Amino acid sequence: MPANRFNGHTDYGIGIGLRSPHYHHILTRKPVVDWFEIISENFMIDGGRPLRILDQILEQYKVVQHGVSMYFGSAERPNREHLKRLKTLVQRTKTPWLSDHLCWGSVDGRYTHDLLPMPYTFEAARITAQKVREVRDYIEIPVAVENVSSYAEFHVSEMTEWEFLNEVAERADCGILLDVNNIYVSSQNHSFDPFTYVNSVPAERVAQIHIAGHSKYRKYILDTHDHPVIDPVWKLYARAIERVGHTATLLEWDDSIPSFDEVHDEALKANRFLASASLATAV
Amino acid sequence: MKLLSLQRRMARAVMTPLTRSERMRPVAPDGRSMRAVANQIIKPNDRLTSFDRLEIYNRQYWFRVLSAFAEDFPGVRAVLGGQRFDALAKAYLIACPSQSFTLRNLGSRLVAWLEKHPAWAGERQNLAVDMARLEWADIEAFDGLREPSLKSEDLAGVNPAKLRLKLQPYVSLLALRYPVDDLLLEVRKDSDDLDVASNTFNERHKRKRVSAVAKLKPSPIFIAVHRLNEDVYFRRVEREEFAILSALHAGKSLNAAVESVLRHSPIAPADRAAHVEKWFHTWSALGWFCQPRKDVVIFHTKTESFEKARNYE
Repeated sequence: MPANRFNGHTDYGIGIGLRSPHYHHILTRKPVVDWFEIISENFMIDGGRPLRILDQILEQYKVVQHGVSMYFGSAERPNREHLKRLKTLVQRTKTPWLSDHLCWGSVDGRYTHDLLPMPYTFEAARITAQKVREVRDYIEIPVAVENVSSYAEFHVSEMTEWEFLNEVAERADCGILLDVNNIYVSSQNHSFDPFTYVNSVPAERVAQIHIAGHSKYRKYILDTHDHPVIDPVWKLYARAIERVGHTATLLEWDDSIPSFDEVHDEALKANRFLASASLATAV
Repeated sequence: MKLLSLQRRMARAVMTPLTRSERMRPVAPDGRSMRAVANQIIKPNDRLTSFDRLEIYNRQYWFRVLSAFAEDFPGVRAVLGGQRFDALAKAYLIACPSQSFTLRNLGSRLVAWLEKHPAWAGERQNLAVDMARLEWADIEAFDGLREPSLKSEDLAGVNPAKLRLKLQPYVSLLALRYPVDDLLLEVRKDSDDLDVASNTFNERHKRKRVSAVAKLKPSPIFIAVHRLNEDVYFRRVEREEFAILSALHAGKSLNAAVESVLRHSPIAPADRAAHVEKWFHTWSALGWFCQPRKDVVIFHTKTESFEKARNYE
């Protein structure tokens, strides 16, 4: 199931997030990396050094775009300027698919720059799916929605988070970027079984998987992307791979970023699970 | 509750300013009980109340926007000092919350806001405005559009009376009252030093430097903020250069821009042509002009175009 219509029928392996502290290392040492994920918004600009570096990266590596502010779940219509810039970047990177979060973060033209949780209602699923379709139709490549970490649940919710994710994905006919760290974080914050979540996701829609580290506080866990991946998250990842097969996997490390090699080595730990998935497929 | 209504309520709560100790306020400035707002929309769990859960988002919002703002304006921070800057940042972000999908634009309204609300900068308002203008121009120069640059062959046969030159979008022209360019470079140099002991020294040094600059008698300086090989530079220009470039930017033809500026210039008439030629050479070498649109120029000979420029002495 690695190559499917939600990831542009690609067969990508293990990637890492492209982050500025690593630019020099990547451009001078040219390490072997399957692919890089970029934060779209960092490159939705008119010119300058970031785009020059991106072009240099594109000469040698495969790049996939990941957004943080499309806010599929915001009640307002997509921002036209955002869409135009996103499409310009898509044409530059030739990303085979594009992902952003199943969340909201803006209302009445004001942006919180956060990934705010959705109320799991049928109305929200309908509005979100409509927006995903609009974005996909405009940028003309497959779109995958990513489950977010959350710290709050709403009284108005009519279903579980995974039911909501499935409802949106079905209605929009879109892919899923399954973030197993986010599932773990939310399961601890909301006291549900993370394996129930992973087992409920339609495997055929999973375009990509995210893994990451987080920070544990006394009463909740915060999704900080500043630590190695912990064992319970690897176990969830193993289960996800068991279900969906060898799928493009990306390690997110966004704060207190260590050396390139440390980040890459952490990401490559996913290989032990991917290898067994490949073996299972072969058998 | 409908999606839009819920999102409006939650966003309003999330963007409500924190207390001094960086916690969620029990009562919002408009009198709303934040506990009641939280209870209405958010479920509690076995460890956190609805208020606690909403507070996580409220704090994240403010930590994120304040840190992004501080990252963009270290010079304004140096001018005002940490405490006053923090108060200003909160006031600005309450008045001008982000209207863009990117945090890059968070400070886009700072200069206008600061000019309207001088009290937040106190006695150093003019210095702070100058610094804010420079730092915003720096952001614009860093990732602004670069159009194809004017080449000498583009001017072949151009009639300067009709020639309208457009500045590159990433170039900003600033008339400032204080030498904030030097100050900002020092502030950045200090910030690059991560050694703790040195930082203590640097903080003292920075405060002294800011005080010295603040005590200067305001004296106009002219700066073009531009980009070369993807690095941003602050280039001081002469008053006449600034005026000509500003006139070109405003849409005047090359002839009209040069003529209107040099008519009142103290530069001796005999020296003006040489000045214009030197300036034009520098601007062109730095790639500040965009290639002219073919439909707005009339072609003559290259020699003639320079002759015409000289004739405006």
